[in-house]
Amino acid sequence: MSEPLVGVLALQGDFDEHEVALQALGLRTRQIRRAADLVGLRGIVLPGGESTTMLRLLDVEGLWEPLGAALRSGLPVFATCAGMILLAARVENPQQRSYALLPITVVRNGYGRQLHSGTFALESTVLPAGTTGTFIRAPRITHVDGGCEVLARRGGDPVLVQCGPILAACFHPELALRHPVCARFAAMVREQEAAPAPAAAMMA
Amino acid sequence: MAKKTAPAKKSKSTSKSSNAVPGFTAEELVSKIGFCEQLKGGVIMDVINVEQAKIAEAAGACAVMALERVPADIRKHGGVSRASDPGMIAAIQKAVSIPVMAKVRIGHFVEAQMLEAMEVDCIDESEVLTPADEEFQIDKRGFKTPFVCGCRDLGEALRRIHEGAAMIRTKGEAGTGNVVEAVRHMRALMGGIKALAGANAKAIKEAAKAMRVPADLVAWVAVNQKLPVPNFSAGGVATPADAALMMQLGAEAVFVGSGIFKSGDPAVRAKAIVRAVTHYQDPKVLVEVSTGLGEPMVGIDINTMAPSERLAGRGV
Repeated sequence: MSEPLVGVLALQGDFDEHEVALQALGLRTRQIRRAADLVGLRGIVLPGGESTTMLRLLDVEGLWEPLGAALRSGLPVFATCAGMILLAARVENPQQRSYALLPITVVRNGYGRQLHSGTFALESTVLPAGTTGTFIRAPRITHVDGGCEVLARRGGDPVLVQCGPILAACFHPELALRHPVCARFAAMVREQEAAPAPAAAMMA
Repeated sequence: MAKKTAPAKKSKSTSKSSNAVPGFTAEELVSKIGFCEQLKGGVIMDVINVEQAKIAEAAGACAVMALERVPADIRKHGGVSRASDPGMIAAIQKAVSIPVMAKVRIGHFVEAQMLEAMEVDCIDESEVLTPADEEFQIDKRGFKTPFVCGCRDLGEALRRIHEGAAMIRTKGEAGTGNVVEAVRHMRALMGGIKALAGANAKAIKEAAKAMRVPADLVAWVAVNQKLPVPNFSAGGVATPADAALMMQLGAEAVFVGSGIFKSGDPAVRAKAIVRAVTHYQDPKVLVEVSTGLGEPMVGIDINTMAPSERLAGRGV
């Protein structure tokens, strides 16, 4: 059986790095630039980049609705940085539109400008000890509602959350070689692939 | 368990940024180069005030370059061109949520210190401004802020990377609206990388000597067949087709200087170029975005320019 195919939103950002990271874990990848690219996927990745740029292009390409349907279908979703901003229920600094599929509040550039970017230790009970995360003009999660599990923190702040089939990070696991967060997403994709008659596959 | 299978589709980058790059610490690799990677597939637009910065952000720019005069006006104005008024840069930082870059003169490390103190997201050590040092470029390793530098070929690119640049762009010939020099520089750069494929130790050593950079940096490029930092394009891009041309030639993102705000309808042109960079391989989309764009900036034929008017020869 061929490896599951995961779509990576490729409007702008480091989609290339996400593809390389997931291919290293054995997944196949496809770049998503138009609605037709959503057919037959077993997972979706919303990469890092600029959320304002992605929002505009989602509208122009007529992708906002079709991508939203795919994101709501129950497929495993992996979102980093700007990708997480697209999914958050509430976005601040400034306020902007989102899919509101993650019950969290995020503040854009919540850790400051690029000068404050860097790699920081993560506190987590599910990731291997010593796992770090690279934060680049990262969004800051200021509130997490019920139904959303916090998988890792940085200095007390939630920075890795999971809500059902959606895994989202403030930091950039794709920039590290075989980061455990990428491996976790790959496992989610394989688990759902193995599950009998997944509803998501029928809808996609 | 992770299985080692051949990737179904060859991706543009073949190596991870966590692979050691000669001269960069692991932390610099992810934070400085990682920042530049977030700009990929995007358009960085020159803006001279808050109003233009807002237009650029609304059009989908992934970053703005704040400067007092776009290159076309720097040409017209003449005299010594320096880093911009900090007040203007600060106002733009306040007005937009996307990254804000700014330019310093080649070798002017104090202008760079000031931009870092202002927390500008990325510093362009730029030949568009009048060079402050004709011998030394800034030692960019001493800064936490990532630098972008221009190049005309692989040797210039590697010298800048060795000095600590986290992103390379072609120089092109800024402020001309003429893409010919950017094309020349991108072809020279990509050709230089290709020529190193399979080079033996002796050839690497000779190339390193000719380019005046350490042999391990040349060896990295020979093996990985790309630059160890993102490779963007700049200098003369005026139309969506120009932007797509540079992407097809190997650029990973595009800087547009005078091309947008010196055109007839900046907002429409900005949006069109953003879309052209995303769909650079789709001529149908390029036709769509290029239709009814209004007047492009008036270009300059490079061949009619005196050598002294050319900016690309600054800082080699």
